[in-house]
Amino acid sequence: MPSIAEIFKTMDYSPAPESAAAAQAWLDDHGRKFDLFINNQWQAPTDATYIEVTAPASGAKLADVANANSADIDKAVKAARKAFKTWSATTGHQRARYLYAIARNIQKHGRLFSVLESLDNGKPIRESRDIDIPLVARHFYHHAGWAQLMATEMAGYQPLGVVGQVIPWNFPLLMLAWKIAPALAMGNTVVIKLAPSTPLTAILFAQILQESGLPAGVVNVVTGGDEAGASITSHPDIDKIAFTGSTPVGAIIRRVTAGTGKKLSLELGGKSPYIVFEDADPDGAIEGLVDAIWFNQGEVCCAGSRLLVQENIADDFLANLRRRMGQLRVGDSLDKSIDMGAVVDPVQYATIDKWVKAGVNEGAAIYQPDIPMPENGCFYPPTLLTNVSPSSTVVQEEIFGPVLVAMTFRTPAEAIQLANNTRYGLAASIWSENINTALEVAHKVKAGSVWINSTNLFDAASGFGGYRESGFGREGGKEGLYEYVRPIWKKRPKPTLDWGENGEPDVKAWSKHTPPRPSTKSSVANGSLPPLDRTSKLYIGGKQARPDGNYNLPILSPDGREIGQVGDGNRKDIRNAVEAAHKARGWADRSPHNRAQILYYIAENLAIRADEFAQRLVDMTGCKKKDAEAEVQQSVERLFTYAAWSDKFGGTVQETTLRGIVVAYHDYLGVIGIACPDEAPLLAFISLLAPAIARGNTVIVIPSEKYPLSATDFYQILETSDLPAGVINIVTGKRDHLTKTLVEHDDVDAMWYFGTAEGSYFVEYLSSSNMKRTWVNYGTARDWSDETQGAGHDFLHESIQVKNIWVPTGVT
Amino acid sequence: MENHSIARNTGIPLNLGWVENTTVNPSATQRRAVTLGKRRSIKKEWQAAWLLKAITCIDLTTLAGDDTPGKVRRLAAKARQPVRQDILEALGAENLGITTGAVCVYHERIPDALAVLKGTKIPVAAVSTGFPAGLSPFTQRIQEIKASVALGAQEIDIVISREHVLQGNWEALYREVCEMRAACGEAHMKTILATGELGPLWNVAKASKICMMAGADFIKTSTGKEPVNATLEVGLTMTRTIREYQAMTDFKIGFKPAGGIRTAKDALTWQILMKEELGNEWLEPHLFRFGASSLLTDIERQLSHHVTGRYAAKHHMPIS
Repeated sequence: MPSIAEIFKTMDYSPAPESAAAAQAWLDDHGRKFDLFINNQWQAPTDATYIEVTAPASGAKLADVANANSADIDKAVKAARKAFKTWSATTGHQRARYLYAIARNIQKHGRLFSVLESLDNGKPIRESRDIDIPLVARHFYHHAGWAQLMATEMAGYQPLGVVGQVIPWNFPLLMLAWKIAPALAMGNTVVIKLAPSTPLTAILFAQILQESGLPAGVVNVVTGGDEAGASITSHPDIDKIAFTGSTPVGAIIRRVTAGTGKKLSLELGGKSPYIVFEDADPDGAIEGLVDAIWFNQGEVCCAGSRLLVQENIADDFLANLRRRMGQLRVGDSLDKSIDMGAVVDPVQYATIDKWVKAGVNEGAAIYQPDIPMPENGCFYPPTLLTNVSPSSTVVQEEIFGPVLVAMTFRTPAEAIQLANNTRYGLAASIWSENINTALEVAHKVKAGSVWINSTNLFDAASGFGGYRESGFGREGGKEGLYEYVRPIWKKRPKPTLDWGENGEPDVKAWSKHTPPRPSTKSSVANGSLPPLDRTSKLYIGGKQARPDGNYNLPILSPDGREIGQVGDGNRKDIRNAVEAAHKARGWADRSPHNRAQILYYIAENLAIRADEFAQRLVDMTGCKKKDAEAEVQQSVERLFTYAAWSDKFGGTVQETTLRGIVVAYHDYLGVIGIACPDEAPLLAFISLLAPAIARGNTVIVIPSEKYPLSATDFYQILETSDLPAGVINIVTGKRDHLTKTLVEHDDVDAMWYFGTAEGSYFVEYLSSSNMKRTWVNYGTARDWSDETQGAGHDFLHESIQVKNIWVPTGVT
Repeated sequence: MENHSIARNTGIPLNLGWVENTTVNPSATQRRAVTLGKRRSIKKEWQAAWLLKAITCIDLTTLAGDDTPGKVRRLAAKARQPVRQDILEALGAENLGITTGAVCVYHERIPDALAVLKGTKIPVAAVSTGFPAGLSPFTQRIQEIKASVALGAQEIDIVISREHVLQGNWEALYREVCEMRAACGEAHMKTILATGELGPLWNVAKASKICMMAGADFIKTSTGKEPVNATLEVGLTMTRTIREYQAMTDFKIGFKPAGGIRTAKDALTWQILMKEELGNEWLEPHLFRFGASSLLTDIERQLSHHVTGRYAAKHHMPIS
């Protein structure tokens, strides 16, 4: 060790190790071996196998944890199911008491949690101590509040049941908190599976649950690998899956859960832009970058990994960045004087290295500062890749390591374009001192979290989650609660899927359609004049368009008379309709007032022709005149409902720990495909398209296959109501045939499907190609005339996605 | 100032474009300030060495209306011998020549300080130019500098006209500081910005730039008399302009936070800021000073603790 006199000359930093004594003693107390926490008991895994857990900074073994198999998962689900009965019947206050106790106990053991987290994951102790663990406690406090308020603030909703949760290794305890706190607050019980490499803090958490007196079975904590994970996602008695992890695994889970009626929320990958404008505070933006891409070794789903810097300042900015990189200290995770610790394991190290090498092979210039690196352990140096472009692999792919790629842009418009040139949409940072630039880009960038002049800010009161292939659902904030509840009127869908003879889902069979041939039966009496032909076309881009295939479908009355024909749409019609819907995206920039006016106008025009529409319903469905009139009347009312909602659902201000303003902005989804049910052919059609367009989406509607004429009659109403071309596109034909093309379309943002159980399966399954949001009915009809079922909050919820915009304030 | 041959800042012609091109985001600066002291931890032998270094950067200061020759002689004596000999020896630091960076007093007390400091390398710094408000007649302010230099002050801590900053009158500020620098002659000039009275951080940055262009050797945060003293946010803002100025001119400008720095822990955080933002050279007294009075006692107690393992009593430390 150097003498004081020597240090006086060098003025170096020294290692400042946080003591691991308490954490090591805790591991020793348990013989460094941990079983499964099921029903508040520590249970050995059925087949008695264990997984080794090591410290990535040293490679030293820390403990063995149980490797659960499907029998163990089944046991955990049974315990959770049993506990759900009593737990879901507790009052909000009772649940608040438990959550509050958990929060308090986490704080009391805060240092032990931090040390254990850093040991196990390799992240710097500063981060676990100052960021992860305080956020964990905050999450439980915040959700204690939501439990307390559930009866009033979530009136009309009930818990889902047993929730299966699968979490990653990058923020082990924080991801657990994000999953468990809202689930418990809303009255669900939980089976949570930890990442096999980082389970230790969650095991300590399970002990905290015992300390907090949580009833047996409410939370079951299991460790294991892929089998345990797959057993959870496919378990028939689980009502919801919440997953955080990679986009490819998320896609698998989407397919595994397809058609089962399980709710699903996915928080997936990202390649988040970090945009620096010429008028940004350069030093602030560089420190922000340190927090964006070198926080947690870059193993952060929302890491600002894609630097976009304005071309005229890029050279200076990158020079300063390189200088700053030379100040970073990489070392043992328990050293209080480091900026970056070890990446989680050798596999991840190899992955990062592979991407970087690929980048360099494609021509990227690499910069890694000449800083001391530990000799052993999984340490990857901070890395900057320049000379890359949107076509570079490293610009497109999530590296999940301390690797920043940098590109330039010329104008704000180009910055937005580059920022959105990605399949992901988790987060974005925007650096500019110009309020116009900052807010405009915040508005236009496709991301669930937008940080202005800041980065990687999190709080329990602000929902976190993605656009696009970064997943769906939010964690945190009131918006996050909806992932853990179901409307009270609605039962848990338990669809039975009938796959016919081959017993397997067959997408071709499901979507198969052979165009009709002329009927040999004449519907015209011999010798009498034929009626005037009434063949409806499709409605695409504001025009009535002949179907591409030039086939038509006869529409029959209940007694078998042909009462009209509609176009038999095909995949090209869907393609055209989607393109028209995209051309009409300016709809979202119309003022909410203007959208409301147009919805009112549509209602007005429908009301004028109420008799005609009622008669059409009678002719098509054979319903009573009185019922048909009621349906038309209710359709008018519903248009009023969503005209009203056009300017009353913009979002909220979140009360986070930030000094500043956090806006939960209710953004549109974009282009929504809607397949309408056969029941209530006019009312369901209106009830679905009205909320979608009220909230700024443009739609492609497949009307009721059996009773499409109310929709085709509607063309004339749309044409006389000032609706811009392309906002509503209507393609008639075979519902499932058309749905397949629509749900597979990568440029469609969401698909709503109200058809069969099998169709619901395929919609959810096929949506995984671009992780579009889906809303399906699993073959169960709802009562469209009922206000709750036909115009409840879920219609608005499904029409938007929440973007949280963080705007720090302060001038001194 | 000993053995550090750095080129003295000559100043440069007023570059208003550089002043206009100032962007400081206060909340981002604040976030950096909050985590600075948490990202680095200086412990054990390192802490002792860093604190000894901090002592060498202290401008040991008394600026009270009731300062008498006796009081200032006591202060100067403490500056010569800032740490108890037995503690220094136990630290193995007895040959490091630890003294404070300077003694800082009002004009009238310069001779009292000089009397004690004769034969040492410790400079006497005088606050000047109508300290602390800087609103006495301009010619008198210039005269005051000259008088202090004539009396033997080697460093002059001037105050700027806040008015010029608040009115955005950068030419006037530049001219004022240029004249003051001329009046200083060979004496080094520290320009006190009185940051607590300048409003937003970007004003602090702009004023820093003007002072450096006008020939400041040091830029200093506060007089110690403003309601808000040296904050880390202000420190970050000012040191970053020093870095820019160096990149433009190659001149290294010193930095002096003053006011409110009372504990050893505060000192370490400031040192971390300097090392992170500007590098090791800015940990040395020719480029870094603390304006402080009670800081020294706390540092001495920490050093005593390092030696004995026991927490120290204030009355065991000789007062200034």
